[in-house]
Amino acid sequence: MHIMEGFLPSPWWQVWFLVSLPFIIIGLYQLNKLVQEKREALPLLAVAGAFVFVLSSLKLPSFNGSCSHPTGTGLGGVLFGPCIAAVLGLIVLVFQAVFLAHGGITTLGANVFSMGIAGPAVAYLIYKAGTRAGANTYATVFCAAALADLSTYVVTSVQLALAFPGTAGFLGAFSAFAAIFAVTQVPLAIVEGAVIMLVFKYIVQLKPEILTRLNLLSESTVKKLQEAAA
Amino acid sequence: MKHGMEIAVAALIIVFAAVFLFQDAAIQASLGDGEEAWGGADGEAADLIEASGYEPWTEPFWAPPSGEIESLLFALQAAIGAVIIGYVFGYWQGSRKTA
Repeated sequence: MHIMEGFLPSPWWQVWFLVSLPFIIIGLYQLNKLVQEKREALPLLAVAGAFVFVLSSLKLPSFNGSCSHPTGTGLGGVLFGPCIAAVLGLIVLVFQAVFLAHGGITTLGANVFSMGIAGPAVAYLIYKAGTRAGANTYATVFCAAALADLSTYVVTSVQLALAFPGTAGFLGAFSAFAAIFAVTQVPLAIVEGAVIMLVFKYIVQLKPEILTRLNLLSESTVKKLQEAAA
Repeated sequence: MKHGMEIAVAALIIVFAAVFLFQDAAIQASLGDGEEAWGGADGEAADLIEASGYEPWTEPFWAPPSGEIESLLFALQAAIGAVIIGYVFGYWQGSRKTA
């Protein structure tokens, strides 16, 4: 559920383009470095991108009678950080804007910021904090993915409230948009967190060496997780 | 438990689906003629914005000509992703077995 074409007036659509652009440029630079130095991580990058493709195409019903879709960007954020995730988000958003009239070209900057940057940044920070604190890896991934999803819609509500404060002012407009977007998203965020947690478990089982190579898990943690699953 | 996490996630999804069915039954019963539940959240936000008198200043240059074609493209998007995920995980699984 992205901001639709034409629904951000000047100067907001330009502002969000300018805010998102540096992340995309850094992301392309990091992507280039990843391809050159850690080629074995490329299949994992493809999986992270594919997840955004699958999850953001699923419009799921939520408890308040409207539909919204998960974002799937939490996985990319945890694995590769917010800048590379921004490039993955950009690809999906361009696909949806061009072929589906879902989102838009003029609102691309704002949508890349909420879905590709803010969500993955939250996921990345939660994952880093959780690993540092020694929390359970899967619980950390669950929280990271669920809150990445939720924060995307909170940021979308902020973006719309900034552009359309109306008579209620920013806070009043924010609560009106958040009631539509963020509240709808809560159950979807929980399901998304659970699914991505499961996918993370399979990556730990099948290809843990990539996770240690990306400095996401120490070898001792991988061993512990694999023994727990055996 | 070997498949504890799988069972927990499956249970969560079943609860999610069950809540939807109950909710849907309640909503359908209270709907008037011609009203439709379960629209997109973005459409609701657009209605809220347009209610304030705002007109979108530009339109998508191409939109799927029907709901069916839109579904086709959404399914295609999901399929592209699913093929990649299946291929990579299958490749990893296969190379572990032969190693």
